[in-house]
Amino acid sequence: MEFLYFLIRRLLWSLLVLFGLSIVIFVIARVMPGDPARLALGPRASQEQVDDLKANMGLDKPLVEQYQHFIVGLSRGDLGLSFLTKRPVNDDIAETFAATLELVLATISIAFLLGIPLGVVAAAKKDGGADNLVRFGAILGAVTPSFLLALLLQVLAGYELHVLPTTGRLSPDFPFHPDITGLVTIDALLKGNPAALIDGLKHLLLPSLALSAATVGQIARITRSSMIDVAKQDYIEAGRAFGIPDHVRIFKYMLRPAFVPPMTILGLEFASLLGNAFVVELVFAWPGMASYGVRSILQKDLNAVMGVVMISGLFFVVANLVIDVLVGFVDPRVRIQGGQG
Amino acid sequence: MSAEPLLSVRSLSVDFSTYGRVSHVLRDVSLDVPARRHVALVGESGCGKSVTMKAIMGILAQPPARIVGGEIRFDGRDLLQVRGGEWDAWRGTAMSMVFQDPMTSLNPVFTIGDQMETILKYADRRLGRRRDRRGRLDRVYEVLAQVRMPDPERIAKSYPIMLSGGMRQRVLIAMALLTEPRLLIADEPGTALDVTTQAQILKLLRDLVEERGLALLMITHNLGLVREAADFVYVMYAGAVVERGPAVEIFARPSHPYTRALFDCVPKLSGETTFKGIDGSLPDYGAPPPGCRFAPRCPLAVAMCNRSPDERPVGPNHSAACWRLEEAVA
Repeated sequence: MEFLYFLIRRLLWSLLVLFGLSIVIFVIARVMPGDPARLALGPRASQEQVDDLKANMGLDKPLVEQYQHFIVGLSRGDLGLSFLTKRPVNDDIAETFAATLELVLATISIAFLLGIPLGVVAAAKKDGGADNLVRFGAILGAVTPSFLLALLLQVLAGYELHVLPTTGRLSPDFPFHPDITGLVTIDALLKGNPAALIDGLKHLLLPSLALSAATVGQIARITRSSMIDVAKQDYIEAGRAFGIPDHVRIFKYMLRPAFVPPMTILGLEFASLLGNAFVVELVFAWPGMASYGVRSILQKDLNAVMGVVMISGLFFVVANLVIDVLVGFVDPRVRIQGGQG
Repeated sequence: MSAEPLLSVRSLSVDFSTYGRVSHVLRDVSLDVPARRHVALVGESGCGKSVTMKAIMGILAQPPARIVGGEIRFDGRDLLQVRGGEWDAWRGTAMSMVFQDPMTSLNPVFTIGDQMETILKYADRRLGRRRDRRGRLDRVYEVLAQVRMPDPERIAKSYPIMLSGGMRQRVLIAMALLTEPRLLIADEPGTALDVTTQAQILKLLRDLVEERGLALLMITHNLGLVREAADFVYVMYAGAVVERGPAVEIFARPSHPYTRALFDCVPKLSGETTFKGIDGSLPDYGAPPPGCRFAPRCPLAVAMCNRSPDERPVGPNHSAACWRLEEAVA
């Protein structure tokens, strides 16, 4: 019960934060230099045309009134029209978000599948060769810009070795349309289409590898220190005195309590993942939301900017809520006491 | 104590190497724990009680520790000489341990039942015993009832955080009893609990010694506990046993200057309102005093104390390692 209250409290706070976020971004987007109507119409449009569009979009009204208008729209789930694509922002985001989501989820999976074992090995061989290698690799991953890694992977695996496709989500003319969840791999699974699944995974591998380097390092480092910390606990020594074999002590008794910090870190990583995704999306011509967002910022496509920011914010909130639930599942202390306070 | 006691430690010495420096932590520690007896090992923090206990359990981390000499005889066999998995088979089966801190010795993310059942599962495996999960859980409930826990099935489903300190301590005792050990080593039982709960825990341990014929080695710094519960007492100082004797004897006639000083540290209800401490601190284990390790703090120390003192009898079954016993008792 406590845990439920804790989650509800977290959710309400998050909504408040989202509300604050909307105000800040709304104002910033409008005080940035550059006239959105002029940018949308191009330099050759006449001043009247520009003023017309402004009036049309409500940009001549006071800021507060514009915001009111935005919030009313938002409450109906309507993000308005994009100046640039002349389509509802909702449709644009619906098309691009699934691609970004798939990329981010794949990245997280890689981060966990690689990061946790690397961290466990490093902790088990603390200060040994494997540990130093993991720690060095983690720092290398953290300092390598993802665009650089993306280009390297593309050149190496795509152009030199010809083993993996370098652009897009599916091969050109591949007869598959992800129309259930919008995620190629998930839809391929749901529809029982192994060819599409393999093609989708092939396309997914390089971009998500490029995006995951920093996060793998983070997770490995946190897992390592968390495992080392848990190893010192009395209950681990007690397990030894009761004759419980090492593999059970490490993979059951140590790993589960040690699992919480990496999960929590992951929640914070979402923000930088979304940020880095746009570079990776550009390099791999990945039709995701990040590249759509950047284009709209550069073009001052106000409604699109707000849409992307609000969806990213919502994604961040939901992801962290999911993590809270998972942490509660792994660690009964959180579940029973309702968080740490 | 004519036949060989269940546990018999002979001249156990343990060194620790840290950062290239060797510390001689245990020196010639000998002690006996017969069946149906409650034996206490008493000493201040850092005197080597826990190292002794871990050495007996075979959970001393080596390195940094190294057993440099002596014997740990359990049921007539020297554990330091047995090959391969035999000690592993004993550990957590024939000998078991009650951990000190009920707040930190249970894994917070698994249920009590899960943790106990896992202990049993691997103990069964070592002993080549076949029992399914259901059977193991039944044994878990049985032991929880033995340590006077109400509603064992509910307790087994609980996470440690849902139980009070006293209940967790009972769980720790139940864990140690799961495999029907013949020797139980208890590390400062109940120190983390309030006095009333601690008294209940001690009563429980004493009952176990009497009802099940357990040999109990209790490690503690609390003289009050020893007086109430123990049959036989070893007083340890700086890695060496300085005095040994039946509890009644030791309390009636403490003989080693350290034991006497230790008793003076206990506040009394009557008499003086303040109590004495012992000046100075434990010696540096890297370069311990050449003879008696207590000499630098001892009010009676003379030149002779630079040589290791022999154990000298004080009374029946009661002896102390001191050159100046006559002056100390006087």
